[in-house]
Amino acid sequence: MNYLWIILGVIFIALSIAAGLIWVERRLLSVWQDRLGPNRVGPFGLAQVIADTLKLFFKEDWVPPFSDKVVFTIAPGILMVTILLTFAVIPFGPEFCVFDSNIGVLFFLGNSSLGVYSIVLGGWASNNKYSLIGAMRASAQMLTYEVFMGLSLMGVVMMADTFSFSEIVEAQRGGWFILPQFLGFVVFFIAGIAETHRLPFDIPEAEGELIAGYHSEYSGMKFGMFFVGEYLGITLISAIIATMFFGGWLGPSFLPPVFWFLLKTFIFIGVFILLRASLPRPRYDQLMKLGWKLLFPIALLNLLVTGAILIFL
Amino acid sequence: MISILRSIWLTFLHIFHKRETVEYPEVKPYLAPRYRGRIVLTRDPDRNERCVACYLCAAVCPVDCISLQAATGEKGRRHPEFFRINFSRCIFCGFCEEACPTNAIQLIPDFEMGEYIRQNLVYEKEHLLISGEGKYHGYNFYKHAGVAMGVKGKGEGDTEYKPVDVKDLMP
Amino acid sequence: MEMKVVNIRIDGKPYEAHEGKSLLDTALSLGLYIPHFCYHPALGSVGACRLCAVKKFRDTNDTRGRIVMSCMEPVVDGLIVSINDPDAKAFRAAVIESLMTNHPHDCPVCDEGGECHLQDMTVMSGHNYRRFDFRKRTHNDQYLGPFISHEMNRCIQCYRCVRFYRDYAGGRDFNVFATHNNVFFGRHEDGTLQNEFSGNLVEVCPTGVFTDKTFREHYTRKWDLSNAPSVCVHCSVGCNIIAGERYDTLRRIMNRYNGAVNGYFICDRGRFGYEFVNGKDRILSPRTRDSRDLEQAEMPADQVFTALEPLFSKDRKIMGIGSPRASLESNYALLRLVGEENFFHGISGKEQSLTRAALQFMQNSGIVVPSLKQVEKADAVIILGEDLTNTAPMMALAVRQAARNIQITEALAKGIPFWNDLPVRELAQDRKSPVYIATPVKDSLDDVAERSFRGTPAGISKLGFNISSVIKRQAIVPGDNDDEIRNLAEQIARTLLKAENPLVIAGITCLDGNVLNAGMSIASSLLSLNKKVMFIPVLPESNSMGLALMPGKSLDDAADTLSVQGTDTLIILENDLFRRADEDTVANMFGKSGRVVVLDYLNNPTARAADILLPATAFAESQGTIVNNEGRAQRYYKVLAAGEGIKESWQWLNQVSGIRSDNVPVSPGHFDDIVASMVTALPVFSAIKEYIPDADFRMLNAKVPRQTFRYSGRTAMNAHRAVSEKRVRQDPDSPLAFSMEGRRESPPSSLVPFYWTPGWNSVQAFYNYIDHPNGSMKGGDPGIRLIRQAERVNSGSFEMITGYFESEGDGWLIVPLYRVFGSEELSSAASSLRQLVDDPAILVNRRDAERLNVDDGDSVRLETSGKRLVVKVKIENSLVSGVAGLTVNLPGMNFVDLPASGEILKI
Repeated sequence: MNYLWIILGVIFIALSIAAGLIWVERRLLSVWQDRLGPNRVGPFGLAQVIADTLKLFFKEDWVPPFSDKVVFTIAPGILMVTILLTFAVIPFGPEFCVFDSNIGVLFFLGNSSLGVYSIVLGGWASNNKYSLIGAMRASAQMLTYEVFMGLSLMGVVMMADTFSFSEIVEAQRGGWFILPQFLGFVVFFIAGIAETHRLPFDIPEAEGELIAGYHSEYSGMKFGMFFVGEYLGITLISAIIATMFFGGWLGPSFLPPVFWFLLKTFIFIGVFILLRASLPRPRYDQLMKLGWKLLFPIALLNLLVTGAILIFL
Repeated sequence: MISILRSIWLTFLHIFHKRETVEYPEVKPYLAPRYRGRIVLTRDPDRNERCVACYLCAAVCPVDCISLQAATGEKGRRHPEFFRINFSRCIFCGFCEEACPTNAIQLIPDFEMGEYIRQNLVYEKEHLLISGEGKYHGYNFYKHAGVAMGVKGKGEGDTEYKPVDVKDLMP
Repeated sequence: MEMKVVNIRIDGKPYEAHEGKSLLDTALSLGLYIPHFCYHPALGSVGACRLCAVKKFRDTNDTRGRIVMSCMEPVVDGLIVSINDPDAKAFRAAVIESLMTNHPHDCPVCDEGGECHLQDMTVMSGHNYRRFDFRKRTHNDQYLGPFISHEMNRCIQCYRCVRFYRDYAGGRDFNVFATHNNVFFGRHEDGTLQNEFSGNLVEVCPTGVFTDKTFREHYTRKWDLSNAPSVCVHCSVGCNIIAGERYDTLRRIMNRYNGAVNGYFICDRGRFGYEFVNGKDRILSPRTRDSRDLEQAEMPADQVFTALEPLFSKDRKIMGIGSPRASLESNYALLRLVGEENFFHGISGKEQSLTRAALQFMQNSGIVVPSLKQVEKADAVIILGEDLTNTAPMMALAVRQAARNIQITEALAKGIPFWNDLPVRELAQDRKSPVYIATPVKDSLDDVAERSFRGTPAGISKLGFNISSVIKRQAIVPGDNDDEIRNLAEQIARTLLKAENPLVIAGITCLDGNVLNAGMSIASSLLSLNKKVMFIPVLPESNSMGLALMPGKSLDDAADTLSVQGTDTLIILENDLFRRADEDTVANMFGKSGRVVVLDYLNNPTARAADILLPATAFAESQGTIVNNEGRAQRYYKVLAAGEGIKESWQWLNQVSGIRSDNVPVSPGHFDDIVASMVTALPVFSAIKEYIPDADFRMLNAKVPRQTFRYSGRTAMNAHRAVSEKRVRQDPDSPLAFSMEGRRESPPSSLVPFYWTPGWNSVQAFYNYIDHPNGSMKGGDPGIRLIRQAERVNSGSFEMITGYFESEGDGWLIVPLYRVFGSEELSSAASSLRQLVDDPAILVNRRDAERLNVDDGDSVRLETSGKRLVVKVKIENSLVSGVAGLTVNLPGMNFVDLPASGEILKI
C-alpha cells in the first residue's frame, strides 16, 4: 500500500512540477525581461496552468493526412514514458523512492537514450521537411551529448562506488560531489541542456529556421505531450544534478528531506530558465564542435584524474 | 566563456529592474496624437466632407479593406457615395492616411473597437465621418485645386490668374 | 512600304531598325521607352512638345553630341543616339517642369488620374517638386455634350486633340484658339461635339482635359476595374473593345488595339452605347403569362423548366427564330434545339438574300476582302449606296485615311518621311486619293470625296453598272443614261483602272439588290482584268455575317410557314421582330403560335409580347463569337456577373434541348462544348476552335487575370452583405479569371484584358502589346478570318434588274436613312447616347418641300404599302427630287419596309 502511495506521489510531483513550469517559466522569463508575465488568471496568474491545459485538451487533435498516422500518434507517448520511468529511480527522500535500483544511473542513461526515438519518429512521421530536419538534428545532437553525459557521471560513480542514486546521496554525507567533481558537473549540466534540447541548444526546433522543428505538425494534446515532456526533462535533469552533485535530499534536519531535494531541484530549473533568458542559440556545427572537441576531452580528463586520484591516493 | 557568464549574470540582475508592463485596462497608457488607431473621415473648415473619393486610400491599402464609390454632388463636387472599411481586416498601417491628398482620412488614438460580432466591424461612412477637422486644421482641397466644384470659381484661387479670355487678341 | 533594315546604336547597344522610320517609333518598338506627348502612332510626329529629346552623335568620335527630338529624327544607317544621356535627361526634366507650371492640383478629382499619360511622363522624366512660384493660368470650360467633359486648366498644349479631331477624323467644330500661354482647345461655342469619333479625345488627350462623361456617373479608377476583352456589338465592323466592370455594373468601354480592325480608335456609338447593359430596360427575371390577354408576371426561377417542359416535349412542333445580334454559339444552340428545317434567321428575306449574295461573292470570286487596315491603304475607293458614317462609322474613318494616301506617296517622292505629319499635309495641300461616293443623301465623307453622286438607289446602281461596263469596255447600259452618269462612270472607271489598290464598298443597308450587284459587278470586272481589287460590304448588324454563314431561312419564310401550318411553340432568340417586320405580320405570327418563348435582355415589344420570357445576358455578361463584315470571327468575354436567374442564351437553349427526348444537350454544357458541337455540325466555323484559345488555355498554369494587380477593396466591397469573404467567382467557360492572380505579361492577343506596363498606366501602355506602332498585336491580331480568298478567280456576271424602285409619276421613293445614334437597337437604350438621338423625320429637298407646301419641322403623313406614319419634315437639299429619306428604326418608330414608293401628304 505504501508502495502505491510512493508511486502516486512521484507521478503527482513530477507531473505537477512539469505543468507548473508552464507558468513558472513564463513568469521567470518576464522577470528577467522586465515584464510582468501572466498575472491575470487566478492569483498571480497561477490558474494560467489550468487554462493552458484546458486549451490543449480542447484543441482539435489534428493528424495530418500525409503523415504516418500510427507512428505519429505513438511518438509523443514514448517521450513521456521514458522520462516518467526514470523518475522511478530518483530518491526524493530517504525511503521516498519508487524503486531504489542498484543500477539507477545506468537506468537513467538508458532511458534518456530511448527518448531520442520519440523525436526522430515524430519528425519522420510528420512527413514534413522541417520536421525531418529537426528530427535529424535532434538525433545527432542527443547521441553526441549522451556519450559524455554518461562519462561525466562516472566520476561520481567511482567516488561513491555505486550506481544506486540513494547510495550516491548517502555517500555525500561527508561533502557534496560538486567540489571534487566540478568538471563533471559542468560537462553534465551542458550535456543535460543539450539532451533536453532546451535553449540555447534548442536547435531541433529552432523556430527561426524550422518553424517548430520536429513537432511542427503536432497540435492538441499530442503537442501537449511533447510540451510536458520537455518540462519533465528539465525537472529530471535538475533532479539528477541535485542528486549527483548537491547531496540530493541531504540537508539540515529542521525541514523534511523531500523539501531539500525539491529546493535544490527548483534552483536548477531556475538556472535552466535563466539560460533561456540570456543566451543566444549557437549554430548547429558550433554545437557539435563544442561537444566533440571540448566537452568530450574534458569528460575523459575528469575520468582519468578521478580514477588516478582514487587509485593512487 | 567569461562573456557568457557575464551575460547570464547581467540577465539575472534584471530581477531588480523596474517592470515596463503597463497594466491596461486599469492603467490607460498615453497615446501620441499620431498613434494609428481607429480610422475617421474628417470635414473641411466649412464643415463639408473632405473626402473627394479619389480612391488612393483603397489603392494603397495592403489588405484591400477600403471600398468606396465616387459620386458627383451638386456643383460637381466629388464625394463618396459610400465609404466602407472592413476593420476585421484592417492592420492599422496608416498608409491610407499617408495617401490621402485631402487630409480626409485620419487615424486617431482610439483603438478600443473590439466586437463580439464580426459583422459589426464593417464601418460605413456614417460610422466613419466625424464632424470636425481631426488632426489637420484649416485645409480645404478645393481651395487649391483647379476645378470649380462649388468652393471657388475658375481662377479664383490664391495661386491662379483669372480665366483667359479666349477672344482677346492681346498677347 | 518596304523598308531597309539598318544598324543603329542606342546608348551604346547595337540594334536593327527600319530605315526611314522615326527614331521614337523605332525605340518604342524596341521596348526603349522615350517620354513623349505630341506623338501618337496614328497621328504621326510634329515635334511640338519637345519631350522626346535624345542626344545624337555624329560618329563614334563625337563625345559631345547634340540634342534632337527623337520623333523628328529619321533612322539612317549608323545612327548613334543616347536616350539616357545626362543632358538629354536634364532637357526632358526641364520640359516637363515647364509643362507642369500651369497644371492644376487636380489629380485626386481628375478622371484621368491613374491612367494619365502626363502623370506617367512626369514620373518617367523625374520631375517631382514644383519650383515655379507664380500663378497658374486658368480657363473657363465648355459644355461639349453628353459624352465628353472639358477641363481646360489641365491642358499642356500638345495639340493631339485638334490633330485627331480635325486632321484624322475630319471634324470641323473643334479647334485651337488664342495665342501663347492662353491657347485654348474647344469649340467656338458651347455645344455637343458633332464628330462621331469625339470619344477618342478621351484616349488621345494625354491628360484630363477631355474625359468620359458617362464614366463620371459611376467613376472608378482604372486599377479598380475588372476588365475583359470584348467586341463591339453596335455595328458589323466588330471593333475590339475593353469592357470594364466594378461592383457588378459595366463602367466603361475603351478601345482595344487590333491592328487589322479598329487600331487605336472606336466610334462614339461603340464607346458610349454600353449604358444599355446597366439600363432600366433590362429583363431581370423570368416572366410568364397564362394567356395573351393577361399581363406578364414574374416567375420563380425554379419553375422555369416546369413551365418549359410541356412546350418542348417531343410531340410539340417548335420553330426557332435566330438573331444577327446574338452570338454564333447562341444561334447554334437554337438551331440545334429546333433542327435545321425549323430554324429561321430572324432577318427579312431581302436582307438575308443580299447578305448571302455578298457572302457568296466574297467566298467564291477570288476577290480580296480587306480588313479595315487594308481599307486605309486603298488608293482609290468607290462607295455605293452606303452612308458609312452612320452604318459603319469606323469604316468611314478608314476611308478618310485612305484619302490621305496620295499625300504620303507624294511626300515620299519628295524625300519627306511619311510620319512627318505637318510637311506631308502642307505638301499635298488639298489633294486627296480618289474617293467616290454614290449615296442618296449627303455624306460626312463628302469632304474627302473626289466626286459625290446623289441619286436614287436605281441611279446609283446605274452608275455602278456603267462603271463596270466601261472597265470591261462594253457598251454602256442601255436606258435613260444622262451625260452626268456617263461622264462620271468613265472618270471613276479610269481612276479605278489606274489604281493599284482599288476598293469597292457596297452596302446592303440601303436594301437594294441592284446597288449591291453594281458594286460586285465593278469588282468582278476589275477582277476579270486580273487587277488586285478589294471588295467589302457593310452589313446591318454585329453578327449578320455569322448568321449568313449558318443554314436557315428568313423571317419572311417563317411568317409564310406559320400562316400555313402554325406551330405549337415559337422560340425567339434575342430579336425584336417588330423592328424587322410590320406589326400585323408579327402579330399574325404570334397568333399562329401556341406559345411564344422569348430570350432577350432588353424589354422590347417582342419581349413584352412573349408568353414566357427568359432573361438572357447582354454582351458584357456573356461569352460568344461574332463574325464581322469581313468574315473575321472574334470572341468577347464576360466581364460582369449576370444577376440571379439570368443565363446566357446558349445556356438556356442547351438546357432546354434536354427536354426533347430526341435531342441530348451538349454535355457537360460548357462554352467550349457548344463550340465543339457547332464546329462538328457546321464545319465552316472550324477555324474558330482552332485559333481562339479555349477555356483550358493556361499561361504558367494560371488563367489570365481580369483584374489589375492594384485592384482594391477586395475584402470590403461585399463586407456590408457578409463580413466573411466568399470564394471568387469561377469562370469555367473562358481562359480568363475573375481574379488578380495570374500572369499579366503578354497573354495571347485575343485575351488582353487591359493595357498596363510598369511605368505606363495610361492607354499608351499599348506599346508593350503591339509589335511596333501601327503594326499588329504581338502574336498576331485577334480574330480569325472564316472567309478565305478563293484561289481561282471566278468573276461571274451581274445584271441590273430594271424597273426596280424607280420613282413613278407623282409617287415618292422612300429610301432608308440610318443615324449613327438611334438606328441601332442596343445603343439607343443607352441613356447618354439617347440624348443625341434625333426625332424620327422624313427628309426631302427644299424644292420638293415647297411643292408639298411644308417647311422644316412640319408634320406630314407618310403612306406606303398600306401603312400610315406621321413624321416631321426635315429639309435636306442633297436629296434628288422625288426621293424622300426616312430615318430608320429610331426609338418610337414603327417598322416601314424600305425602300418603297409612297405618298407624302401634308396635315
